[in-house]
Amino acid sequence: MANHGNHSSHAESHGSLKSYVIGFILSIVLTVIPLVLVMNPLFSKTATYITIMIMAILQFVVQLFFFMHIREGEKPRWNVQTLILGLFIVLTIIGGSIWIMAFNV
Amino acid sequence: MWESFLEFCSWFFVTGDPLIYGAMVSIALTMVAIVFVLTKYKKWGWLWREWLTTVDHKKIGIMYLIASLLMLFRGGVDAILMRVQLAFPNLEFLHSDHYNAIFTTHGTIMILFMAMPMMFGLFNMVVPLQLGARDVAFPFLNAVSFWLFMFGAMLFNLSFVIGGSPDAGWLSYPPLSQNEFSPGPGQNFWIWGIQISGIGSLATGINFIVTILKMRAPGMKLMKMPMFSWSVFSSCIMIILAFPILTVTIALLYLDRFAGAHFFTMDGGGNPMMYLNLIWMWGHPEVYIVVVPAFGIFSEVVATFAKKKLFGYKSMVAAVMGIAILSFFTWAHHFFTMGTSASVIAFFAITTMLIAIPTGVKVFNWLFTMYRGKISFKQPMMWTIAFIPCFVVGGATGVMLSVAPADYQYHNSYFLIAHFHQVLIGGVVFGYLAGIYYWWPKLFGFKLDEKLGAWGFWLWNIGFYVCFMPQYALGFMGMTRRYYTYGWDYGWESLNLVSTVGAFLMGAGFVFQVWQILYSIKHGERDTTGDPWNGRTLEWSIPSPAPFYNFAVVPQVKETDDFWRVKEEKANGTYKEEPVHLEPIHMPKNSGLPFIMSVFWFIAGFGFVWEWVWMAAIGMIGVFLTMWARSFQYDTDYYVPVDEVRRTEASLGRVY
Ligand code: HEM
Ligand SMILES: [Cu+2]
Repeated sequence: MANHGNHSSHAESHGSLKSYVIGFILSIVLTVIPLVLVMNPLFSKTATYITIMIMAILQFVVQLFFFMHIREGEKPRWNVQTLILGLFIVLTIIGGSIWIMAFNV
Repeated sequence: MWESFLEFCSWFFVTGDPLIYGAMVSIALTMVAIVFVLTKYKKWGWLWREWLTTVDHKKIGIMYLIASLLMLFRGGVDAILMRVQLAFPNLEFLHSDHYNAIFTTHGTIMILFMAMPMMFGLFNMVVPLQLGARDVAFPFLNAVSFWLFMFGAMLFNLSFVIGGSPDAGWLSYPPLSQNEFSPGPGQNFWIWGIQISGIGSLATGINFIVTILKMRAPGMKLMKMPMFSWSVFSSCIMIILAFPILTVTIALLYLDRFAGAHFFTMDGGGNPMMYLNLIWMWGHPEVYIVVVPAFGIFSEVVATFAKKKLFGYKSMVAAVMGIAILSFFTWAHHFFTMGTSASVIAFFAITTMLIAIPTGVKVFNWLFTMYRGKISFKQPMMWTIAFIPCFVVGGATGVMLSVAPADYQYHNSYFLIAHFHQVLIGGVVFGYLAGIYYWWPKLFGFKLDEKLGAWGFWLWNIGFYVCFMPQYALGFMGMTRRYYTYGWDYGWESLNLVSTVGAFLMGAGFVFQVWQILYSIKHGERDTTGDPWNGRTLEWSIPSPAPFYNFAVVPQVKETDDFWRVKEEKANGTYKEEPVHLEPIHMPKNSGLPFIMSVFWFIAGFGFVWEWVWMAAIGMIGVFLTMWARSFQYDTDYYVPVDEVRRTEASLGRVY
């Protein structure tokens, strides 16, 4: 109902098959790397942590661009506002958890 | 063969407790009766066409309401059973295991399967009507949400007779909820019941945000939107930010149980406190998710029944939206005692105290709205007036709990139990009841009887204080939550007995309300005007019950409380009649897919619960097939011709 009476707007691009496949492969690769690193430790503990974090951030970016279509939409300003709020909450969750669970150290 | 079948049954079904055998028999009899009635009166087709496949937000709202009242009954029976067990020292009414299962299902059901669906019911029944819209933004998704909730709730309730109820508390803290201490499927029922209905909740959150942002009637700027819709907006923002955390957290818990992972275990590098940290990141916003819409309801009710504009509309908007953000910064107050650093505790104590400020702002706004108003004490207003003192005390005890050093005393005592029941019953339940009484005529076309309602009201209110005030004292006397019995030498017996009496009073109040509904179906005052309370907002401008397309003509909004403006202009003769002309109305078609998809989710969930991978696989394949089918459906909407609109309106007494 949101697109009341203008079905043609469906035609506007939501990415091609190619971009979906690329996104899919990238997100799988970014998931497998941390899994492998944890199952057979190649690096030191800190290095593993850092790699996992980097993979997580890249995953976030891949999701935003390939599946959430962050660049599209008639009013990107909405996108940016919600993105900022989302980032704010994500940072709270991660930062807060680390802070709380560090138990004084 | 027979032997092994019997063996399977005694493992599969819950056995050995006469209470549960009784329940099984009554469930079986009810099912037989329902099937019999539907077949005898040839109602299967009607049920499928009118209800199971509907995408009409009003019907979905009604189904949410019915389901939540049933769950209120089940949760209420749990509560009464617990209170009976605690009425006297050393009672043997419930065994400790049974008691554990009952407080677990009571808490889970009351929050996730009573409060949430009752709230979604109100969203559905009211928001599109208030906004001047003809449905929600995504009607199909709305039906998906409802059926996911319904089948999730059914899966959870099934544990009662099949497999055994979860018994590790309403939030399933590890290590107790791990395989080691909770073997068997009970904990999995908890995980998958919540998981499946949680997906539905998330979808509802998205749906109503889009509805509010995109579907308002022309002229209704955000700052002219009715307060209830604002509160729904706030609640939905919290839903979409908080529910993913819940989903991930209990998925990790399931991985621990099913795949032997070590996220929250005591050994292998896991940390059970991480679970508490994550679950409360959802859990604290969750309590605000359910209470903020109640604030919205009170705002509508106060303005209508004091016949005045809501005092401090802008500050109310700010308070409601502020809470949406602030509620994400207080979660650690639920585990102050875990022993993290002093700076963490200080930070979260202060943020918790800050939350009381926007709440206080709202209370003053309601009081100023009532001040010098011509108040009429109808049922919605009664519940609102009862709410204010109750919630103020609940908030004040909340602030006491937020004083971290003192919380080492209060934590997990009956003082805490009394606090959250005061805000949840006094705030959420009273609020939703006010909303149900208020909007009931719009949905059903008649009012609920005042006299029976008054009985319900006073029994609930007196019962509430009789039940929970003694619990504050019991908390100070050292009674901790989740005790299943206590001795004569503790000195707790008299207060506990009083508390049990209060629980029965509230139960009697509920019985009166059920009676009230049944009585009013036949004898309730009919609403022929569409505006039974002299309302202020758009939903009162259309006939009751609202036609399926809601608005024959989309309204043009000029002010907050636009319907009130129209009525005033008509009274003093300044109203300019605009020529209306009807147009064909664009509506979504019904679909059976949401129901079918949710049945597959149920099958998958049942498979996950018993860790039968084949069954889970069948269910998930079904889910994907229904999604696939939906992706290729193009014929999903239609137009209601002008003639039909004109005829429907004429039958409701409105001539165009
Ligand atoms: C003035 C606002 C409030 C403050 C300052 C406050 C503070 C607190 C604190 C500090 C606790 C943790 C105590 C402990 O575990 O020792 C708590 C628990 C709780 N509060 Fe509140 N609260 C407030 C409002 C609410 C509201 C509005 C609701 C629900 C509608 C609510 C529901 C709960 C629940 C359910 C728990 C306990 C959950 C559990 O442990 O199982 N509170 N509150
Ligand atoms: Cu909290």
